[in-house]
Amino acid sequence: MAAFTLKINGREHQIDVDPGTPLLWAIRDNVGLTGTKYGCGVAQCGACTVYVDGQTVRSCSLPVSAVGKSEVTTIEGLTSKEAVAVQKAWAAHDVPQCGYCQSGQVMSAAALLGLNPKPTDQDIDLAMNGNICRCATYVRIRAAIHSAAKSLEG
Amino acid sequence: MRVVGTGTLALLAGSLAAVAIAAYPGLRRADAAPEAVRMAAGLKPVTDFARIKNKDERAVALFEEAGKVLQSPRCMNCHPAGDRPTQTDKMLPHQPLVVRGEAGMGAPGGLACTTCHHEANFDAARVPGNPKWQLAPIEMAWQGRSLGQICAQIKDSKLNGGKTMAQLVHHMAEDELVGWGWNPGAGRTPAPGTQKQFGELIKAWADAGAACPKG
Amino acid sequence: MNAHVKPAASTALSRRSLLKAGAGLVLATYVARNGVAYAQDGAAAKSVNIAPNTFLVIGQDDTVTVLCKHIEFGQGPFTGMATLVAEELDADWTQMRADHAPSNPVLYKNLLFGVQGTGGSSAIANSYEQMRKVGAAARAMLVAAAADEWKVPAEEITVEKGIIKHASGKQSGFGALAAKAMQQPAPANPQLKDPSAFKLIGKEGAVTRLDSVAKSNGTAEYTLDIKDPGTLTVLVARSPRFGGKVASFDAAAAKAVPGVVDIKKVPNGVAVYADGFWPAKTARELLKITWDDSKAETRGTAQLLEEFRARAKKQGALVKQEGDVDAEIAKGGKLIETEFVFPYLAHAPMEPINAFIHWKGETASARYGSQFPTPDHAAIAQVLGLDIAKVELKTILAGGSFGRRAQQSTHVALELAQVAKAIGPGRPVKLVWTREDDMRGGYYRPFSLHRMRGVVRDGKIVAWSDTIVGQSIMKGSPFEAMTMKNGLDSTAYEGSNEIPYQVPNFRCDLHQVDVGVPVLWWRSVGHTHTGYAVEAFVDQLLEAAGQDPVEGRLAMMADKPRHAGVLKAVAQLADWKGAKLEAGRARGVAVVESFNTYVAQVVELSMGQEGPVVHKVWCAVDCGVAVNPDIIRAQMEGGIGFALGHILYAQQPLEEGRPVAGNFDSYRSLRINEMPQIEVAIVPSTEKPTGVGEPGVPPLGPAVANAMAKLGLPRPTQLPIRPGDTA
Repeated sequence: MAAFTLKINGREHQIDVDPGTPLLWAIRDNVGLTGTKYGCGVAQCGACTVYVDGQTVRSCSLPVSAVGKSEVTTIEGLTSKEAVAVQKAWAAHDVPQCGYCQSGQVMSAAALLGLNPKPTDQDIDLAMNGNICRCATYVRIRAAIHSAAKSLEG
Repeated sequence: MRVVGTGTLALLAGSLAAVAIAAYPGLRRADAAPEAVRMAAGLKPVTDFARIKNKDERAVALFEEAGKVLQSPRCMNCHPAGDRPTQTDKMLPHQPLVVRGEAGMGAPGGLACTTCHHEANFDAARVPGNPKWQLAPIEMAWQGRSLGQICAQIKDSKLNGGKTMAQLVHHMAEDELVGWGWNPGAGRTPAPGTQKQFGELIKAWADAGAACPKG
Repeated sequence: MNAHVKPAASTALSRRSLLKAGAGLVLATYVARNGVAYAQDGAAAKSVNIAPNTFLVIGQDDTVTVLCKHIEFGQGPFTGMATLVAEELDADWTQMRADHAPSNPVLYKNLLFGVQGTGGSSAIANSYEQMRKVGAAARAMLVAAAADEWKVPAEEITVEKGIIKHASGKQSGFGALAAKAMQQPAPANPQLKDPSAFKLIGKEGAVTRLDSVAKSNGTAEYTLDIKDPGTLTVLVARSPRFGGKVASFDAAAAKAVPGVVDIKKVPNGVAVYADGFWPAKTARELLKITWDDSKAETRGTAQLLEEFRARAKKQGALVKQEGDVDAEIAKGGKLIETEFVFPYLAHAPMEPINAFIHWKGETASARYGSQFPTPDHAAIAQVLGLDIAKVELKTILAGGSFGRRAQQSTHVALELAQVAKAIGPGRPVKLVWTREDDMRGGYYRPFSLHRMRGVVRDGKIVAWSDTIVGQSIMKGSPFEAMTMKNGLDSTAYEGSNEIPYQVPNFRCDLHQVDVGVPVLWWRSVGHTHTGYAVEAFVDQLLEAAGQDPVEGRLAMMADKPRHAGVLKAVAQLADWKGAKLEAGRARGVAVVESFNTYVAQVVELSMGQEGPVVHKVWCAVDCGVAVNPDIIRAQMEGGIGFALGHILYAQQPLEEGRPVAGNFDSYRSLRINEMPQIEVAIVPSTEKPTGVGEPGVPPLGPAVANAMAKLGLPRPTQLPIRPGDTA
């Protein structure tokens, strides 16, 4: 066990865990933010997507010991204009079914629009294919990302 | 893992071609899937090659030995001929779909290597990592090429990142991403031998005139 | 952070009025609870009090919360039930909320099963009248209350979009009159609207899902998110083979892991109790367990396949017979034979199996995504030795199911209660299965084989024989008596015994095989394989008969108007006859009825280097009255993607009895880059509504196979199509 200070959504959290604990479980079990989901634990499904210093990261594949002073953003701390547009589009298209993967989907989609304001279908494939949705809501994810991009053109 | 000799190298290139053909549906079943790429367990030391008197022949033999490393899945997976790396000992297309992008680190806005791969292997998630984790540039593509072609590419400073032979030897022997091949994390078969042995083979090859295998 | 749901302040109770409108519309005792209700704007996720013994709660703030007796795991019953209530209540959609009803088999039984449970795509089908009556009764009581309050005749009062009005100018929302309404007699048989007056049911854009916002911002609460104070995370080490038992174990190293609280032997294996998932998982890996496999299933799927093939050579127990197949074969038409092999499939919902319970000694309180609350409830009570009245079970949102959470064996409820019992009362426990536990934990779609034989003579299909070899889902379950006839499990042959085509000589027979691998219904159950076998084979026979796949099917469907209806609709949608396809592309079609819903699909694909690439799918569905058209479309889209991923990649092979695939690298799931475009047509119907959660799945596989055949490739006879693509 070791003490770590995690900076998550602008707040510092002191936790005492095994250094090899994946960031995912520190966020969920130690910090208590449960919007970030566990789906596979092996960076295959994307349900645990967070930002580390603004970059999308699968929190299951990063040990707490490697986070250092980086700023972590979870779905609870998502406030960018792209995120707002994505979440609005998600509701407008009724994207979610079971919803369990959608925190990760929204994180990935908002990050995509931050880097690429007008993504093509292929750009969406490249950005979003790391997020598995077992309900296969993909048709709507694609449509909602296009809608969100359009709404940001403003 | 089966231990086989240098004859495997030709098999490897062959089996890659087989992937492309046999992947046609209805033709390929689990029991008829291409064999997992075979890997040699060890490398012969440089001294084993001293008996080859002809310099070019010796260089070729040394390179063929070093080729067991170059053509191991640990190296080949990130030297694809297309935009997508492969993964595992079976050299399957990387899941999820990632592409090289401009810097070999993923498409802009798409999945970056660093979304999953970090500074070190993380066995708990079965995800390998290295500070320099990235795809080899397209001009260094090895998949689908013969060992002779790979050899010619490696030597060509226009294709090897402008490296002199000395720099090349140093890269092979010392580079930490190359070195990852022998420390790939749980569940992955390491490249044969050691990086030191591999470096010695490459150096001996260079010293012997750096002739390439034919074909 | 807003992931928490704030507990409702106790004072909120007094501010809220409740409307009785339960089954039979009898006023029930109000019991204060804290719950999460879902609203389309996400707002209601703050705090709502629900009354467990009603279907409906009207808050003083005008919110209308519908208690849904079906579990919401994506298929849309929250929105569906709320639509039915709101329609008859003349509520405004913005005031609607939904939450799960607690376990109570009297009030909340599925009218088709007799117990509380979700399955068989039955939510809308069995609630259509019931929930409309709830809404209509509540409306009548509100109107009566208004009439009383305003001293005007009830007939002069109108209700529109949540506002109760009288010509005098008097008007009110629901909340202000709710207390008074509760004093009114509940009409036993309230007048329902004529469908021509519907404002929400069947209307495009009239409603949006109640759970979309909460599921897009991380506030939706699933079982894995439960963090009641003092909760221990429990992982159980189970036998790698089905039927294996713990012979002995050494927990010394595991116990030393910081955060580990206790380790106990439980009936299924060895349970690790820890403060959080990671210490529990770390410790579990350090357990040294010797397994006793003397009673375990040790056959692999390769061996099972040999055994199944051998059996299929002989006729099994007769399921249905018409005419004389053997005589027709003997006559010497064109005999076509093929075999279809279907692998074990895991459901692999995004949220792996888990469950929470707090056993307090005299009482217990459980919360999780229980799909069959009634049997689960009884199982928990039995293990803990409590009267069922002392046990509370609340269903909460689940991250997918596809059949996995409907456990006739109650194995999760049992394991949950067992781990609670083993550590003793006063310790809330959250039982968590890892993804690998879930993949390798059994309860698969049964491994099945169909041996098909057909005869084509003079351009017609004159004989059809289907010999099925498969495992029973129902045998040994509480549903055995209800679902098995003559010892045969209808879920093993449903769809194969009643094909929609008129064939004069027909036989369907079944070898019901016992295998020690637990199996379960998997999204569309028997139709997952019978749909493929029938539709790929009929296409093959029609090809041999020189007939068009659509015309040829229609010619044999004279007495199947609804099958024919969706087939014609999809052919029109896809422009089956007229469309000019790009070079290298081909189309295939299939039509399957399941759960009284009729679905036809046309698939357009080409062959990529790695296998079929499906570009587009056209889908026509007839599910009777379409209550929520957009949810129907969503279920077709999702069903298609779910089916495509599995027929391309998915299988759970067993090696010496051990399941091999453990995660999404070895059990590959469809990704967005592989998702086809989809166009859905809902065939207008005035028939009773039927379900849509499952019926989108079965036609996709055979339509892919049939499109491949158009490209000159064999129809895949063994699924998945691309088995070698996984790690």
